[in-house]
Amino acid sequence: MAPRYNGAMSQSVSPDENALLSLNHVTLGYGDFTVLSDLSLTIHSGEVVAMMGGSGSGKTTIMRAATGQLAPQSGTVHVFGQSLSNISAQGLQAVRQRMGVLFQHGALFTDLNVFENVAFPLREHEPPTEAEITDKVMQTLDAVGLKAAAHLRVSEISGGMARRVALARAVVRAPELVFYDEPFAGLDPISMGIAARLIRRLSDRLGCASVLITHDVAESFEIADVVYLVGQGELKAHGTPASLADSTDPYVRQFLDGQPDGPVAFDYPVTPEFERWCQRKGLDR
Amino acid sequence: MSVLGWVGTLGRRTRSMLVILGQIARFLGMLITRTGIVVKRPRLVVQQVHFIGNYSLVIIVVSGLFVGFVLGLQGYYTLNRYGAEEALGLLVALSLTRELGPVVTALLFAGRAGTSLTAEIGLMKAGEQLAAMEVMAVDPLRRVLAPRFLGGVIAMPILAAIFSMVGIMGGWFVGVVLIGIDTGAFWSQMQNGVDVFDDVLNGVIKSVVFGVAVTLIALFEGWQCRPTPEGVSRATTRTVVAGSLAVLGLDFVLTALMFS
Repeated sequence: MAPRYNGAMSQSVSPDENALLSLNHVTLGYGDFTVLSDLSLTIHSGEVVAMMGGSGSGKTTIMRAATGQLAPQSGTVHVFGQSLSNISAQGLQAVRQRMGVLFQHGALFTDLNVFENVAFPLREHEPPTEAEITDKVMQTLDAVGLKAAAHLRVSEISGGMARRVALARAVVRAPELVFYDEPFAGLDPISMGIAARLIRRLSDRLGCASVLITHDVAESFEIADVVYLVGQGELKAHGTPASLADSTDPYVRQFLDGQPDGPVAFDYPVTPEFERWCQRKGLDR
Repeated sequence: MSVLGWVGTLGRRTRSMLVILGQIARFLGMLITRTGIVVKRPRLVVQQVHFIGNYSLVIIVVSGLFVGFVLGLQGYYTLNRYGAEEALGLLVALSLTRELGPVVTALLFAGRAGTSLTAEIGLMKAGEQLAAMEVMAVDPLRRVLAPRFLGGVIAMPILAAIFSMVGIMGGWFVGVVLIGIDTGAFWSQMQNGVDVFDDVLNGVIKSVVFGVAVTLIALFEGWQCRPTPEGVSRATTRTVVAGSLAVLGLDFVLTALMFS
């Protein structure tokens, strides 16, 4: 699918009625600590979007807001055209049924084997026949190269294999919007390439939007249509991989080239909670 | 600390205790409203009855047997003073069905199944499994916790009945086989003296109440715990302490209401 962005480096994107996911001037945080401010972005079907940034920059927080796990401090989040601000529990369930999420640490069910983990979302929602479940699960496991591991328990597979099982579980119901939280972490180079191509292929075949939350520049730039770069509590840049690769912006350059010096903050930001802790300990910040 | 300080501390602790009680009551309400899963997917509940009940059988049977042995011995030495050793069967049966069966089973249940439930839910929380379910539009309270709650509530009276039955057999073995009390007197005294409603049914009611209390506390602790190894460990300990105290407290209240 052709990218919809031309490499513009602005801090907001106009809301779009056809977007699967849109964040409009959203501020996100935990308690009185703000992680990201005034964030706006839109994601359309068929797009592969890479959400990049340093550790603790708020990438996963964006996913938590988009899946309804975290209410924004201000602004609105729309998923499939529905605002999550005042959505009912049933409405949120309906929205979530159209999503898939690959968790950072897999979040596989340890009491189930590989097959049952992938079959879990199918069994829970309008279950098809057992034969259909078996077909679908084995096909999906085949796509991630783990067909022959279907019988294994979660404790018997490696960390990389567990991520591939989690990937299979995230896409088995052919969702319209899929979040991949660090999909390449812990994968060997071959699995990484296969996983990246699988994500791209799924997006193209199913027409679903894929949101990659990742640090991995090489793999993400190879398959992404759009890259968003967050840091220092805001959206720093967005555009096509090519436009970002050509960027002269010091923040973008430092992040992409992995330079130790530059505007990308290495230190964790001071939070009100830290200040209170210092006060209690009698420490001078 | 000044008197005002003490009063302030007492007030804070009372308030936090009331908050926790309120949270548990709300949690119970949330579980009860989701128990419809037993109709839609009974297999989930059956699995839990098997897991909670069947795996607790060994400890329940062995404990019941030894409690029965001790009751037989102690009962005989006491009744013998009054020449009433034929009433041993009645004493063993009443002690087990009214008190020891439900109470000891519930205490063992808190230690065996309660800790297991807390650790399981706590580790599922720590491993983001519950969050993953939520994001998959699967309600973890309905899918994971409600079947475990029902499993615990169903398993407890069955385990208490098995405990009492094995205990009576233990009392019979000591009284009749080892000491030589007349077997006919042992059983007939029991048959005449134990009332199905006053004794057996009240014991069953007790064990159901204990089942609700212990399973609820175990699930609540797992659900509320900090998702860290230390958090899960503390929650497991709290399950045993709070569960055991709840059983003993409720037993006093129920005994006062039923047998006064």
